[in-house]
Amino acid sequence: MKQTQSGNHLTVDLEQKGNVLVLNLAGDFHQFEAAPKAHEIIHKIRQVHPQKLIVQDNGIGSWDSSLLALLYQLLQALQPTNITVETDALPQELSHLLTLAFSVDRHPKRPSVKDFGFLGNIGNACLNLYQPIRQGVSFLKQVGFSLGRWAQGKAIMRPVDFWFALQDCGPNALGIVALISFMVGLILAFVGAIQLKSFGAQIYVASLVAIGMTRIMGAIMVGIIMAGRTGASYAATIGTMQVNEELDALQTMGIPRSDFLVLPRVLALSLTMPLLTLLADVMGMIGGGVVGIFMLDISPSEYWKYSMDAFDITNFLVGVFHGLVFGIIIALCGCYYGVFCGRSADSVGRATTQAVVSAIVWMIVMTGLITWGCEALDI
Amino acid sequence: MKQYPQIQVKNLTVAYDDFVLLKDVHFTVNKGDIFIIMGGSGCGKSSLLRVMTGLTPARGHVFIGGIDMLSADTKTKTVLMQKAGILYQSGALFSSMTLAENIALPLQQYTDYSPETIQELVSMKLALVGLKGFEDFYPSEISGGMKKRAGLARALALDPDIVYFDEPSAGLDPISSRLLDDLILDINQSLGTTIVIVTHELASILAIGTNSIFLDAALKGVSAQGNPKELLKNPPNETVAEFLTRGEIHAKRTK
Repeated sequence: MKQTQSGNHLTVDLEQKGNVLVLNLAGDFHQFEAAPKAHEIIHKIRQVHPQKLIVQDNGIGSWDSSLLALLYQLLQALQPTNITVETDALPQELSHLLTLAFSVDRHPKRPSVKDFGFLGNIGNACLNLYQPIRQGVSFLKQVGFSLGRWAQGKAIMRPVDFWFALQDCGPNALGIVALISFMVGLILAFVGAIQLKSFGAQIYVASLVAIGMTRIMGAIMVGIIMAGRTGASYAATIGTMQVNEELDALQTMGIPRSDFLVLPRVLALSLTMPLLTLLADVMGMIGGGVVGIFMLDISPSEYWKYSMDAFDITNFLVGVFHGLVFGIIIALCGCYYGVFCGRSADSVGRATTQAVVSAIVWMIVMTGLITWGCEALDI
Repeated sequence: MKQYPQIQVKNLTVAYDDFVLLKDVHFTVNKGDIFIIMGGSGCGKSSLLRVMTGLTPARGHVFIGGIDMLSADTKTKTVLMQKAGILYQSGALFSSMTLAENIALPLQQYTDYSPETIQELVSMKLALVGLKGFEDFYPSEISGGMKKRAGLARALALDPDIVYFDEPSAGLDPISSRLLDDLILDINQSLGTTIVIVTHELASILAIGTNSIFLDAALKGVSAQGNPKELLKNPPNETVAEFLTRGEIHAKRTK
């Protein structure tokens, strides 16, 4: 801001000369608390109600936006009144900025949110619910058609994209899946050991870990890891493609995005998830074995024997089936939120979160349904 | 046989929920035109382009060679889309593919050319836009201007009848912008391709435009149509005059 003088003492006072009020300004206006002073002055002016207000430069030194804010508030408050304001004495730069501040006043209005009344709002909420359901069903239909085209060898899918997706959710995920599953097996054995040890049944830790990991824990852990790792990555990648207009480019080239983007990812995860579940089962049992052998003094051969006795191929296949279903869910959720992402950086972040959260929710829902199905089929 | 205009827009209304952006728009683009869609920010230029390219639904008609894009079935729409190339603001190249793979994609999907011929075509298209030798580069390894040129090469891959450009000069320096204008002009003159450009870049509008419409946000529609140079000489209204003189009239009036 303009600096004409410096080091002056700040003065803001009102002086009455008959029917005229003079606002004397002097000194340096730096980080000056404009709002309370403006209210005070406006209050005084309203009390006196002069014909005219003269804003007087009595030696304004250096100033910043706070002085401008004070004058802006003052002039704005006096605009609807019949009090004439004279600002000719102000420094030229300050007058110019004030003119600029008052030159455009658009009175912008936000689009009003319609209130439809109680029943109308319920209807509106239902319509708002219907839209994503319709969108989701349409997405699933498109993926279904893509799978059909793929089965006939007609899908527009580059093999390199499939191999890349396979590499990403297969070999690249081995380390984290192995580590977490090992730790889960370890924890499961620890928790079990505390109870089982109290009545001398610690040997059943092996059975507990074997059944727990193969039936559901292995698949669930892999599902959660892959939802956070791969599902989020799918949503972010495809969402960024949306932001960069790459999805528009695909559409205008007549290439179905479900073929080109969704299919390789769904196929890759459907293929790798059962295998990762198998790895998780094995690593979990090894983790349990570490606790059994080194903490509970169970011999390796004994631990192995009890694990194998408890191991049931049906449980194992149910676990692998869970893995397959979870793979499809994670891929679909990641791709869905990526494809329907908005066109800003913020919406990519939101799509990623939604992809992970919804994948986990759907995994839990499907676990319930599969368990119920298994019960019904006596599996 | 009846000759249809290349593009004919009739009674087109573009709305987002209750908000009407464009109302009852009519215009015609003839074969070989360099047609400019101009107007101030927020007047609906890009939305109009999205409707014309089949990306956004709208009420009304967009006839491409006599076939209504908006009421066409998916198959016909796909065929119409393949006859058009689009250069997006960012180039919209697929980041996981090299430039050659980007340009080869539509050729692989929609032609029966052998991989060798596709490779030749890709090299030729890249040479056409001044990017010979960049076949194996990824989009992240080239500049913004080069991305646009590579995007143009991809848009030209299937020898389209129409090429749409969305703000081609956005984010480019004046020299790159001028080079892109020259390229557009060359393509139009050499291949006879109809060009539709959405822009508010005055230099480009006056340098290459042969026909244009001016969209006015206040009117929610077309307020002027014709050759941009003619519109500059004889502006039909004050808004067009202000726009084409970069607000000089307003500046003189307020001085």
